[in-house]
Amino acid sequence: MIKPRIILDSKHFEITITRLCYQLIEAHNDFSDTVIVGLQPRGIFLARQIQKKLASILKNKNIQCGSLDITFYRDDFRQKELVPNTTEIDFIVENKNVILVDDVLFTGRTIRAGLDAMLAFGRPKDVELLVLIDRRLSRHLPIQAKYIGKTIDSIVSEKVKVEWKETDGFNRVTLIGV
Amino acid sequence: MTKLSTKHLLGIKDITLADINLILSTAQSFKEVINRPIKKVPSLRDITIANLFFENSTRTKLSFELAEKRLSADVVNFSSSSSSVKKGETLIDTVNNILAMKVDMVVMRHPNPGAAAFLSKHVNAKIINAGDGAHEHPTQALLDAFSIKEKLGNIKGKKIAIVGDILHSRVALSNIFCLQKLGADVMVCGPTTLMPKYISSLGVKVEHNLQKTLEWCDAANMLRIQLERQEIKYFPSLREYTMLFGLNKELLDSLSKKIIIMHPGPINRGVEITSDVADSSQSIILEQVENGVAVRMAVLFLLAGRN
Repeated sequence: MIKPRIILDSKHFEITITRLCYQLIEAHNDFSDTVIVGLQPRGIFLARQIQKKLASILKNKNIQCGSLDITFYRDDFRQKELVPNTTEIDFIVENKNVILVDDVLFTGRTIRAGLDAMLAFGRPKDVELLVLIDRRLSRHLPIQAKYIGKTIDSIVSEKVKVEWKETDGFNRVTLIGV
Repeated sequence: MTKLSTKHLLGIKDITLADINLILSTAQSFKEVINRPIKKVPSLRDITIANLFFENSTRTKLSFELAEKRLSADVVNFSSSSSSVKKGETLIDTVNNILAMKVDMVVMRHPNPGAAAFLSKHVNAKIINAGDGAHEHPTQALLDAFSIKEKLGNIKGKKIAIVGDILHSRVALSNIFCLQKLGADVMVCGPTTLMPKYISSLGVKVEHNLQKTLEWCDAANMLRIQLERQEIKYFPSLREYTMLFGLNKELLDSLSKKIIIMHPGPINRGVEITSDVADSSQSIILEQVENGVAVRMAVLFLLAGRN
């Protein structure tokens, strides 16, 4: 077994989030027409950290952030054991710019399901994808992220483990070889 | 534990506490889905479901059909009054013919107890029992449990009364199994003639006084008198039954605490429950109907997910 390799430690994690926030501000100004939607279960941690960071940079506490559960939209629910999470979107997505947020972009199937799931909340004007880690060599679908924390080249049997302040006490990304 | 232990839902008796909890928590997610502007999810889009109703039903049939459609399943309906059952076809033949048209799941209501269990042994499809005679009605018990949990927060340790025609009620039996597995204290109340002989062997309290029962419980499930299953007279008159076991506003208001009133429907207004009680703020009858769709979506979703 190959030794686990740290891709982002706490410090670089922080820097990455700050950079992603400035990239978002460049494109979305004051976020008056933009909402953030984190994908359950792990994308919401990133979405909330970004929302918090944006709030402190822009001094704007009204940036809207929701969580979207995609269990019922997955195409593999009979192959995997899936546990549904909650969806909390208390704003209207209609005519808004939506930033979909997930931790790792791998096959693209989660994002495909996320796009489907979002349509139940209206017709967004524009949807962009933000991910912390892009495993660019493993895509099954033609889906690409616009904002990327870090791009890595990994083989399918490797695993990307993202640890969150909210659940693990610190932010860190590790690549685990099998 | 993210999978059901069973391939079919035949009765609450055969499923585990973990199964019940899994269904209830999945139903919570579906309740959120059916309150969205777009109430449909594509989970079962490659599944075909046959609803076989060999006995009349409004609520259960509509509720199952809506649940199936909101999961994007293809649905075929069948009711015995307009079918070849009248021409003498057997149950297995009828179902096998329907399955030959490539149906994945069967939701069945049948007047004979054990019909769903019998079918599950003979045909190759997932079976959901939507009521078999006076035996079980598992989805009703699950939606009742879901509704109680929603109102009271938890079921463990709560006191639930089931009032009325216990002898002919599949709702009563499924409810007893379900609530006991969830840790509730169950009491049944009704005329002695409508009480099954061995009911106390199920570990429930038996009472024949409605006032005492209501004073004891946190929630009361008022059952309908199932006249269609009664071949003999079990009580002198409906009027007398109503006087002794009917719930009216006066009685409800005289209780020392506010209890929850439930009814599986259809209501015979003025018999087991008066209109002002059925429409009061303590009644959760319509919530039960709403929750029924969410619970049935959860059951269909979880069973379809099992290989």
